[in-house]
Amino acid sequence: MKILIKNGRVVDPAERRDGVFDVLCVDGKVAKVGKGLPAEGVDRMVDARGWVVAPGFIDLHTHLREPGYEYKEDLKSGTEAAAAGGFTTVLCMANTQPVNDNAVITEFIVRKAREVGVVRVVPVGAISKGLEGKTLADIGQMADAGIIGVSDDGRCVMDSALMRKALQYARGFNLLVISHAEDENLSGPGSINEGATATELGLPGSPNAAEEIIVARDIALAELTRARLHIAHLSTRGSLDLVRAAKKRGVAVTCEVTPHHLMLTDEAVRGYRTEASVRPPLRSAEDVAALRKGLKEGVVDAVATDHAPHASFEKEVEFVKAAHGLVGLETALPLCLRLVEDKVLRLPDVIRLLSAGPAKIAGFKGRGTLKPGSDADITVFDPGAKGKIDASRFRSKSRNTPFDGWPVRGRVHYTIVGGKVVYDEGHFNS
Amino acid sequence: MPPKNKDLLGIKDLKREQIVEVLETASRMKARLASSPQKLDDLKGKAVINLFFEPSTRTRASFELAARRLSADLLTMTPQASSLTKGESLQDMVENLEAMGPRLLIVRHGSSGAPGLIARHTKASVINAGDGSHEHPTQALLDVFTVCETLKITDYGDLKGLNVLIVGDLAYSRVARSNLFAFRKLGARVTCVGPATLLPPGLESFGARVGTDFDRELPGADVVMLLRIQKERQEKLNFPSLAEYTRFYGLTKERHARMKPEALIMHPGPINRGVEIDPDVADGRTGGGARTVILDQVHHGIPVRMAVLSLWGARE
Ligand SMILES: [Zn+2]
Repeated sequence: MKILIKNGRVVDPAERRDGVFDVLCVDGKVAKVGKGLPAEGVDRMVDARGWVVAPGFIDLHTHLREPGYEYKEDLKSGTEAAAAGGFTTVLCMANTQPVNDNAVITEFIVRKAREVGVVRVVPVGAISKGLEGKTLADIGQMADAGIIGVSDDGRCVMDSALMRKALQYARGFNLLVISHAEDENLSGPGSINEGATATELGLPGSPNAAEEIIVARDIALAELTRARLHIAHLSTRGSLDLVRAAKKRGVAVTCEVTPHHLMLTDEAVRGYRTEASVRPPLRSAEDVAALRKGLKEGVVDAVATDHAPHASFEKEVEFVKAAHGLVGLETALPLCLRLVEDKVLRLPDVIRLLSAGPAKIAGFKGRGTLKPGSDADITVFDPGAKGKIDASRFRSKSRNTPFDGWPVRGRVHYTIVGGKVVYDEGHFNS
Repeated sequence: MPPKNKDLLGIKDLKREQIVEVLETASRMKARLASSPQKLDDLKGKAVINLFFEPSTRTRASFELAARRLSADLLTMTPQASSLTKGESLQDMVENLEAMGPRLLIVRHGSSGAPGLIARHTKASVINAGDGSHEHPTQALLDVFTVCETLKITDYGDLKGLNVLIVGDLAYSRVARSNLFAFRKLGARVTCVGPATLLPPGLESFGARVGTDFDRELPGADVVMLLRIQKERQEKLNFPSLAEYTRFYGLTKERHARMKPEALIMHPGPINRGVEIDPDVADGRTGGGARTVILDQVHHGIPVRMAVLSLWGARE
């Protein structure tokens, strides 16, 4: 099987490549990147003139909801949403029902994703059994079954001794530990930032400190255990400063930021808009500015979606009862391209944060780049195409987004996984 | 003139002129009530549903009476939170009520923002009768009305020079927010004092002065508004004990004696006697000093709510 992608702007930050080239894929791998590659014997030609050819995007933080919450999303709809968003690999979090805290569930996810999934699915196992923060989950057995890291995401491991053990133990299996940093005693029920908006609305707010305390703790524990720590959905200036300083000391810590924390402030919840109810909460303008600066300076290693689909009946309720989270796979690229328009980032930076950055964190060799010999995971998109975010056309089963109607640029035309075109101008081929 | 906003969800959304209009209407209502014992017919033939998810005998009764005085067809519902947990959402419930074609829905709910959520699913005008820690607009309107009536202020739009001191639980009190917005919009100076744990961030951005020293602010106040301490929610978490609260933020006889003689003492009720306020001060049994107008507040609830219901009920 040979695919030739002709005349696109090939942007491969890992290889420092940015120019008009052809990309030839043979038997699932990138074979050649060059000019005027011959089309002989090619099974499929893709004309990418005027478009960008990038390494397939990798999402470190997705909730695919299967097993257990298939009414919100399942492995098929979630991976279709991923493909439509230009993602070729997604890491799915463990807070399913039952929780992915044992090899049986991990195997189920891996097998089912292989059967019905459109893109690659790599599960993240739970740190603790049942996400209860009490005893370690079957981490080693899950590692054998295919997880690449562990996280109690959705919950914070509040017991520092258990978190220490998790880091030590995970290190033995060369697994990443992903921290959902939230001091639950301090954050209370808040899914809104503590500040004037929360006060005005009469909602319990969560202060930046609730996140920063755990970021500081987990960095200290990573230093102690020499394990690999990744901070999920980092949202405050203070957290970023902690990560920056830790990296300087040589601690193995990385972090991700979501598009919504880069685009919105806590003002977005005005009118009790539950679509903007997320954890960690949308923060102040000052935090948003700091996160954007952190992207520019390279302190932020990756952009991750925290794709969290919910049914409308879970959102159209009283604010404090509303499920937290928003759908993100299909809006990530256009929102990130806004950062290019806002002159925060250059296009290659956006691509790096969506591909090479996450690949490195997840430890994926031969992904996140178009270097010959790598997996032929490729996203072809038109960065200039004007449009509007339209939730009614999401491939995800859920519609919860505060970005509905936003004017954006960027349309994904093709998503290629392992040399197969899985998303082709709106159509899926699994 | 009927208000432009479909709903009355909070004072924050009202313009100064709208507040003045409600107060002027309330003043006329009060005069009409005094001159004739007959019912008014502002809401004749219109259905009003009193929807109270949270128990509140006083506010509920006040709205009921106001609606009856205006000849509304009144229905009061007090759904238990439990009936809604059996899979019925607020949305479902409101869509059912909608079939009855109510003109006004008066909503009291324990969750901030719930009346706004209801408002999105009904054509009726929703009047917020207190939601969570958000707002209690009619309470603020009747508080302002009471201040104006007692101090013989006839230009409601100009409260410049009036020093209002709001004391206690600024964090959870919906009455505090609504009053802060109302008095600020009318030009009064508002100071919020309470234990630092009950002073949420951002009060300054709404135009309030903020402090923790009740004794320092007390002598300059023209109105001292004491907020109810929700004992079960607060004690231990936000301050060490009720005794300590009273020592620093209670309106004791001794503090009462240091108030301006023409100042007013207000409390939205129900009072925790001996906590926020000394029982004798509350009942006006202490000689001299500031006046307690707590019962006037209750009394003025009727004309003010009549004004609100008739104004919002007149919208088409
Ligand atoms: Zn999380």
